Amino acid sequence: MIGSGNKKSGMEMSEGAYKKMIERKKRIAKVRRWIATLLAAFCAVLFLMPIVLTVTNSFMAASEISSNYGQVFATSDSGGKTFISEKVNLKFIPDMVSFSQYITVLLKSPDYLFKFWNSVILVVPIVGFQLLVALLASYGFTRYRGRIKEIIFFTYIILMLMPYQVTLVPNYLVSSWLHILDTRWAIWLPGIFSPFAVYLLTKYMRRIPVSVMEAAQIDGAGEWQIFRHICMPLCKGCMCSVAILIFIDYWNMVEQPLILLSDDSMHPLSVFLSKIKNGEIGLAFAVATIYMVPTLLVFLYGEDYLVEGITYQGGIKG
Amino acid sequence: MERREWPFRRAVWQIWKKVREIRKEAKGTGNKKSRPPKLSRQGEESKKILSVHRKGGKAGKGSIEKKNAKSRRISAAFLTPSVFGVMLFFVVPFIVVLYYAVVNNPIQHHFVFLDNFINVFNNAAFRQAAYNTMKFSVIAVPLAVVLSLGLAMLLDSKIPFKSQFRTFFLTPMMVPIASIVLIWQVLFHYNGMVNDITALFGAGKTDWLKSEHAQVVIIVLFLWKNLGYNMILFMSALGSIPKDILEVAILESAKPWQIFVHIKIRYLSSTVLFVTIMSLINSFKVFREIYLLTDDYPYNTVYMMQHFMNNTFGNLDYQKLSAAAILMSLVMIVIIGILFLTENHFGKDVEG
Repeated sequence: MIGSGNKKSGMEMSEGAYKKMIERKKRIAKVRRWIATLLAAFCAVLFLMPIVLTVTNSFMAASEISSNYGQVFATSDSGGKTFISEKVNLKFIPDMVSFSQYITVLLKSPDYLFKFWNSVILVVPIVGFQLLVALLASYGFTRYRGRIKEIIFFTYIILMLMPYQVTLVPNYLVSSWLHILDTRWAIWLPGIFSPFAVYLLTKYMRRIPVSVMEAAQIDGAGEWQIFRHICMPLCKGCMCSVAILIFIDYWNMVEQPLILLSDDSMHPLSVFLSKIKNGEIGLAFAVATIYMVPTLLVFLYGEDYLVEGITYQGGIKG
Repeated sequence: MERREWPFRRAVWQIWKKVREIRKEAKGTGNKKSRPPKLSRQGEESKKILSVHRKGGKAGKGSIEKKNAKSRRISAAFLTPSVFGVMLFFVVPFIVVLYYAVVNNPIQHHFVFLDNFINVFNNAAFRQAAYNTMKFSVIAVPLAVVLSLGLAMLLDSKIPFKSQFRTFFLTPMMVPIASIVLIWQVLFHYNGMVNDITALFGAGKTDWLKSEHAQVVIIVLFLWKNLGYNMILFMSALGSIPKDILEVAILESAKPWQIFVHIKIRYLSSTVLFVTIMSLINSFKVFREIYLLTDDYPYNTVYMMQHFMNNTFGNLDYQKLSAAAILMSLVMIVIIGILFLTENHFGKDVEG
């Protein structure tokens, strides 16, 4: 009925013509696949180029950087100290590979390492404790769903969707009430209680069949035992994904420290990097690379977890 | 050869529905066969027992009920740390912010209703910031959705090295913006690489970061950073479209674009919604990129909401801050509400 026209045209064709048609189709498919691959490769190059450039440029000696890019970073001040060429020479590979920048950063000027340490000390407790608080809360949301819990959960979702411009004002108010402004607590506490991880973990936990937990309950397990020995092992993968997502988010933070920490010495490296002075521009690439390393390591180790985590995030209604 | 048409969109959907019905029936009969009739009666009996227990609970005899109530309370206790924190750091202060937005100042507490909002509206900096932020979102969000869908389709087609490409596209998401800003400044400098490339096509030089084109630079950076994340969402959604309906459509000699428009898009609608919302939120976060590229006072076209907020935090003008925050949250709620409603309208007849 529906496909009849189709069939007829196929029957009328001679065998040779039919073969030709098939071959033509195959060729078109092949060409198409090539084009798609090339397109993907092109995009991949575009995506990777900035990262690769940053890394390769970090191996340049200071003089090379200032002669190549001095112009770019000198504009804000009265002028560069070294000679500046007319053009900005973007180089993929340094003329001379040198580790002098890294040696300076790691051994001679402790300022950068100190800021790096600041970043670590701000981010690690947030990742750990947000995960812990969220695990407890999502277990609470998963067992026995009731109307009040649903309302609370909905509030969490709304809060999660609010941009910083909205949430920072309340955070600032509370921090000033509690007198924790300009201390690390002002970053830690709102971070720890951020609803993001709760949302993701709850969505995951609600997929665990209820019967598993009920079986444990019938066998005499208390709530804590069910949580500790059944829920947590089942959520291991999801916990990794959530931890990675939180880590990326806070490693990259700029807004919170700018507003909540007026003391520059406590700022993380992410804020400090943009304030590197003109004379030290040679170091900037090395510092940027060092700052990138933890996230790239996490990525190498947990790419699949990351993808999984993003996938769980999709479908807000579920 | 005669032109192949596909006027049978409706037919495909009907066939698909039939297939679903048949499947359901098959499932139903299978279940009936596998389950002996005794069991169902047992189920009823157990219900009776439960109801007896429930009645008994009132009299204080039902131990199961008691236990359940107890564990219900304990499981609710798991919530307390988080709820306490969220209340303290988000909900309660937000209510205070709401209050601050309608009084004249935090000391006198005169009720002035909408005055603060009017003041904020009349503030030129706020209008500039709101306009820029809106313009940025309106341009960047649809671009992000469409381009990431394109990338996902690209990876969904049969190309080699799929997982490698996925990794490549996802890396920008991991890299902190602060690390990448330096190279961005080099690329978009007046004598930089981007101008060299545009010069090849005969375009004049532009000083990207210090002109009206600054927004272009930021949009490129935004897309670079966010496309990977959106792509993953779309890829998982594309993977979850049932294969049979695609096969039915191919049998009905649907062209690829028809399959895309009439089938894939409809299955993707909820993902499109989610990606739009996430991109919108991320587009508000773009202050980060601008701040790191240009510092506190950037060129006018990239003066964003967050700049306004930061500068207002500087003077600690609570009224302005609260009113602006409330306005922002209202706008967010309205936008998200509209998105949800449209999605409900369009994605109705598709089973997720």
